[in-house]
Amino acid sequence: MLKGTLDMMILRTLVTGDAHGHTIAKVIEHTSEDVLEVEQGSLYPALHRLEDRGWLSSYWGLSENNRKAKFYRLTETGRKQLIHETNRWRQMARAIGLVMGEYVMGEKTLAGENDL
Amino acid sequence: MSWKRFFRRSQADAELVQEMESYLAEEMDENLARGMSREEARRRAYVKLGNPQQVREGLWQQNTLSAADSLLRDLKYAVRTLARSPGFTVIAVLVMALGIGANVALFTVVRSVLLKPLPFEDPDRLMMISEAGASDSPNHPVAGGIYAEWKKQNRSFADLAIVGSAEMNLSGLGKPGAGSQLPEQIQGANWSWNTLHVLGIQPALGRDFTAEDDTSPANGTVLLSWGLWKRRFGGDPAILNQTIYLNTRAYTVIGILPAWFSYPDTSTQLWTPIYHDNPEAAMLVLDNHQFQVIGRLRPGFTAEQGRSELSVLTRRVHNQHMDDPFVSLGANIRPLLEDIVGDIRKPLYVLLAATSCVLLIACLNVANLLVARAASRSKELAIRTALGGGRLRLLRERLVESFVLTAAGGACGLLLAYGAVAWLVSTRQDMARIEAVHIDGVVALFTAGLIALCAVFAGLISSTSIKDQQLLGSLQESARGSSTGQGRASLRRTLLALQVGLTVVLLVTAGLLLKSYQRIRSADVGCITQNVLTMRLSLFGARYQDPAQQVNFYIRLLDRVRALSGVTAAGFADAVPGQGYWGDTGFKVVEHPPLPIGRGLFAIDRSVDPGYFAAIGIPLLRGHGLDPSKRLNLANEVVISKLFADRYLPNEDPLNKHLITLDGHLFTIVGIVGDTRYSIATEPVPMQYFSLYAGLSNRGSLVIRSNRDVAMLATPIQRIVQELDRDMPVSDVLTMEQLLGDSTHDQSFSATLLLAFAALSLVLAGVGLFGVLSYLVAQRTSEIGIRIALGAQRTQVLRLMLLDGLKPAIFGLLLGLIASAGTVRLIRSMLYETQPLDPAVFLIVTVALLFVAGLACVLPAWRASRLDPMQALRAE
Repeated sequence: MLKGTLDMMILRTLVTGDAHGHTIAKVIEHTSEDVLEVEQGSLYPALHRLEDRGWLSSYWGLSENNRKAKFYRLTETGRKQLIHETNRWRQMARAIGLVMGEYVMGEKTLAGENDL
Repeated sequence: MSWKRFFRRSQADAELVQEMESYLAEEMDENLARGMSREEARRRAYVKLGNPQQVREGLWQQNTLSAADSLLRDLKYAVRTLARSPGFTVIAVLVMALGIGANVALFTVVRSVLLKPLPFEDPDRLMMISEAGASDSPNHPVAGGIYAEWKKQNRSFADLAIVGSAEMNLSGLGKPGAGSQLPEQIQGANWSWNTLHVLGIQPALGRDFTAEDDTSPANGTVLLSWGLWKRRFGGDPAILNQTIYLNTRAYTVIGILPAWFSYPDTSTQLWTPIYHDNPEAAMLVLDNHQFQVIGRLRPGFTAEQGRSELSVLTRRVHNQHMDDPFVSLGANIRPLLEDIVGDIRKPLYVLLAATSCVLLIACLNVANLLVARAASRSKELAIRTALGGGRLRLLRERLVESFVLTAAGGACGLLLAYGAVAWLVSTRQDMARIEAVHIDGVVALFTAGLIALCAVFAGLISSTSIKDQQLLGSLQESARGSSTGQGRASLRRTLLALQVGLTVVLLVTAGLLLKSYQRIRSADVGCITQNVLTMRLSLFGARYQDPAQQVNFYIRLLDRVRALSGVTAAGFADAVPGQGYWGDTGFKVVEHPPLPIGRGLFAIDRSVDPGYFAAIGIPLLRGHGLDPSKRLNLANEVVISKLFADRYLPNEDPLNKHLITLDGHLFTIVGIVGDTRYSIATEPVPMQYFSLYAGLSNRGSLVIRSNRDVAMLATPIQRIVQELDRDMPVSDVLTMEQLLGDSTHDQSFSATLLLAFAALSLVLAGVGLFGVLSYLVAQRTSEIGIRIALGAQRTQVLRLMLLDGLKPAIFGLLLGLIASAGTVRLIRSMLYETQPLDPAVFLIVTVALLFVAGLACVLPAWRASRLDPMQALRAE
C-alpha cells in the first residue's frame, strides 16, 4: 500500500460513522473487493498516529457483538484533512495515469496507443 | 508523538492490548461463523493481526522522546549506581552542600547589602557631601554655616539636606515624672525638614515635616521609627498627634517611618527638625564641623560638577575668613550608597572570594571522586567503548552523574544557607542594611546556576580521563595484569595539588585575619580594662540648663557611687577609650609664635571628672591631675596626653604652658597622662582633657572600678541615678571588656567566618588525599603483593605509599604558599599590626596542612603494608 494512503482510507471509512479497528479494516477490505488487505501491524499505529494529530478522537464503547471496543470518530480537522488528502490523491492518480498512457477522466493519451 | 502520551505510555499500552484483544475476538467470531474450528479460528485471527508484541513495541517507540527517554534512563542509572556506593555519595553530596551553602549565604548577603540599590528614589543621584582641607581627614563633617552657604548658592543639586545626631532622653508617656513607663535614652537624629524629600520617601503613617516645623518658634514635632513605635507605643496609630517628652521638652508625634527605613544609621529611632532643636547661631557657625549633608544631583549634573561647585563656594567662604584656620578649603562628595555600605564592602568581598574558593575546592573534590569511580569502572567502560559505546554517551553519563551529585548537594546547601542567613541576621543587627537580607527568587536562581556550573565543571574535568587510547590501554593493562590507570592517577594528583593549593591560600588569609584580630583584642588601649564598668547618661532639659546644675548633679552622683561598698574608684568622662572620636578642638599654644594664617593645631578633647584617670587607670606621667576643689569657672586647667606633648610641645617643658582654645578660653597645662586609643583599631592621637566642671559637656560615661565583680554594681548604681532624677535613663551598661569587644565585632566576625571556611577546606583537602591514596593502594594491590612476596619490608611499603600520597600534597603546599604571598597583599588594609608575609602564620599553615595530609595518607598506606601477598595476587 502506498505510504499515506492507509491514513486517507481510514479517514474516508469513518465519514459514514464511528467504528472500531476491526470494522475499519473489514470495510476497507470489502470496499476494495478484497484487493487491499490491511496489515494489522500497521492499522493500530496508524490509528494512534491519526489520533495524536487530532484528526480522530476515540472512546470506549460496545461493539455489535457486545464486546468492549475502542471506537474512533472523525474530528473536524480530520474531515478537512480528508478533503485535502483526497484532492492530492486525485492529482497524483491523474499524473500517474498520464505517465502510464492511460485514459484518464475521458482524455486520450498523447501517444494514443493502448499497446503497452 | 505527544508529551501526554510520553508520560502515560504504560496506560496507552494497556489500552492497546485491550484493543487488540477485542479485534482478535471479533475476528475469531467471524472465522467461527465461517465454520472453522475454534483452534483454527484463533490461529487465523492471530495470523491476520500479526505479532501483537511488535505492534506494542512499535507504538511504544512511536510515543518515545528518544533524548528525554535516554536522559531519564541515565538519571535512573546514575541514581542507582550512586546508591550502590553510599559512602562515596554521602561524601560528595556533603562536600557540595557545604560549598554551595556557603556561597549562597554569602551571595545573599552581598546582593542584599551591596548590589541592591537603596530603597530610596533614584539612589544614583543621592550624594553624601563632606568638607575637605582644614585638617588631615579628607572627609570632615560639615559646619552649619557652610551648609547654609551651599544651600543658598549651589546650582548642581536639586536639593540639599543637613543631618545631625542626637542622644535623647525619652520620658515615659505623658508629662515627665508622671508616666508609668521607665525613661530611656534613645539614639535620635535631627535633620532639616526636606530630608525625606531629598531621599525620595514618605512616612508610612502620618505626615512629613513642613518648613514651618523646622523653625525655632514652632512647636516640637517628631517622626518615630517603625521599631520604636511597635516596641514602646504598641504599634497604636493613635500615637499620631500625641505628645511625648524628649529631654523634658514636648514633641508632637506627626508620623511613623517605614519598617525598612534606617538613616543615618540603624540605631537611630526618632527624628526631629534640626533648626527647631538647635539655636540659630549654632547653625551658622563656619568652623564647627558636626553635621552630615546629603544632596540630590540635578538631572544632567555629574558628581564631579557638584563637587567642584561646592568646593568653589567653600573656598570663597574660607578666603573671607582667613583669620579662622578651621574653615575648610573644599568639598568632597561620594555616593550615599557607598557611604552607607562602605565599611562592610571589603570584608564581604574577601568572604565572597573565600567561599568561591571553598566551592572550587568542593568541585575539584567531586571531580576527583568521579575520576576515582571511573577508574574503578575502567574495565566496564573499556568494554562498552569496544562494543561501540560512543564517547559522547559516556561523557553524558558522567555529566548526569555529576549533576545528580551537585543537585542533591545544592538542595542541602540551600537549606544550610537558609539557616546561615537566619543566624547572621539574628546576630548581626548592627550591620548596615541587615534588614534587607533575605533569600529570594534571584538567590534561588543563583543557586540553580551554581549547581549547573559545578555539575558541568566537575563532570568535564573528570571526563578528561576518558580517552579512547586510555580505554584501550586499560583493556591491555588488565590483560597484562600490571598496575593500571597511570594517566588517571596523574590527573587525580593534579586536581589534588590544586585543591591543596587553594586550601593553603584560604588558611593563610584566615590566619592573618585571626592574628590581626588577636592583635586588636590584645591592643593596649592605654587604660585598665579589667573590672571596670561603664554606663552612659545625659543631662538634658530645664533641670540642667545651667552648668552649675550639671556640676551639682555630677558631684552628688559620684559621691554616692563612691560610697557604695566594693567601689574603689569612680569618675566621669564624655567618652572613654574605645567609644569613638567624639570631636576635637583646635587651639593655639600661647607661648609659641603665631602660626601662619590658615593653619591650626588639633587634638581630641575630653571633658572629665578629676577622678576619671584613677577610675579607668590612665597613668599620670608628670605634673598633677585636675583639681577637684576648683569648681566651675575656676577650672581653667588642662591635662594633655604624652603624644600631645611630643608632637606639639617637643623639646620643652609642657607644664605650665598655656593653650587658647577656639572659643578663646585660656587653659594652663598642669599634667601629662598616658596615651589612649579612642577606637581600638586606630593608633593613639593627641588628646587634651578639660575638667567636666567647666560645664563643657552634658553627657558621657560613668566609669566605676571595683575590687570585686563590677557587673554586680550595675543595678545599685542605676538605682542611685533614679533616686537623683527619676527621668534620667542610663544606657550602654557595659564592662570595658564588653565595650571593647563590641568595637571589634567586625574583625572577629570576618576572622571567625574565614577560619570556618579554611577549616572546611582543610577537611576537604584531607578527604581528597585520603580518597586518592586509597585509590592508589587499590590500584597497586597486585604490585604491592608481588613486592611483599619478593621480600620487601612492610616499612618500605609504608614509606613508599606515604611518599606517593604526600608528593601531591607537598607540591600543592608550595603552590599555595607562592599564591598566598600574592593574594595577601589584597587584604593588607584589613590587617592590624600584622605583616602580610607573617612567618608564624605561614609556618603554622604549613605544619597544619602537613599534619592533615599525613593523617589522610597514613591509613591507606598502613593498609597497603598489611596486605597479604597471596590474597593480593589471587585477587588479580
